[in-house]
Amino acid sequence: MHAFANPTKFLAIARPVTPWALWGGVLLSLVGLACGLWLTPADYLQKDSVRILYVHVPAAWLGMAGWTGIAAASLMQLVWRHPLAAVAGRALAVPGAVFAALCLATGSIWGRPTWGTWWEWDGRLTSMLILFFLYLGYIALAQANADRGAGGQRVVAIFGIVGAVNIPVIRYSVVWWNTLHQGQSIGLTRTTIDASILWPLPIVVLGFTMLFTAVVLMRMRTMLADGKVEARLRRMARA
Amino acid sequence: MNHWPFVIAAYAIVLAGTGGLCVWAHAAMRRAERRADAVTSQPRQAGQSRQADQSRQAER
Repeated sequence: MHAFANPTKFLAIARPVTPWALWGGVLLSLVGLACGLWLTPADYLQKDSVRILYVHVPAAWLGMAGWTGIAAASLMQLVWRHPLAAVAGRALAVPGAVFAALCLATGSIWGRPTWGTWWEWDGRLTSMLILFFLYLGYIALAQANADRGAGGQRVVAIFGIVGAVNIPVIRYSVVWWNTLHQGQSIGLTRTTIDASILWPLPIVVLGFTMLFTAVVLMRMRTMLADGKVEARLRRMARA
Repeated sequence: MNHWPFVIAAYAIVLAGTGGLCVWAHAAMRRAERRADAVTSQPRQAGQSRQADQSRQAER
């Protein structure tokens, strides 16, 4: 990990990986979504609205994974002072916020035919909404501290670590509280979803994860290129 | 109740959101890398001092 914290080494890997992650993600996502729409049966209870699973679950996973990544990058930034860690944290924020918003939107659309309501202030929905607001706060804080050097970036990193407290709250909200949201359906050892409905899910999760990776790599490359331009302009102004 | 309008709305939102995010990130990256290439390929100004060279080493 320490070896790849150098921008030059990172770019040598990121440049060839980005198109593979992008187009591989597009292909897998479209194949998985098509399978979910046309090749799986409707649920006996939820009917066709169960198909929203194939867009809602990847969005929820990536919304939470994005902040977990921000927390890990923030820790690396504070402990090891990796030059790329702050860039990675900021690059994760926008795609994480987008997927958290997509999770809330698709969950709301799923809730209307399933529960009879668009929104309910229960543990899972509220903690996910808090995650979305945390993303917005992180983006605003990172923007405000962009020109304030290492001190400003430390504040952003601390916010990234403190915000991670919300991740286990989201994960265990359906266990800790009696919520309208269904309990955990997919675990490491067992699942309560029938195999005939479940099988396209790993394909879409992998596809959207590859798209997320591609977006994060593109955002990091953008920030490194912007940094290069700023450094060059500073040198030219000094000369 | 017909569930298909809800399914179509959910898929449309996710495809539009993810597609828009990818296009925006790609366009921003292309713009930034083109600008960086243009700036770094500019010929060095005459009289650029040794101190500037040293500061470039430090920035690396």
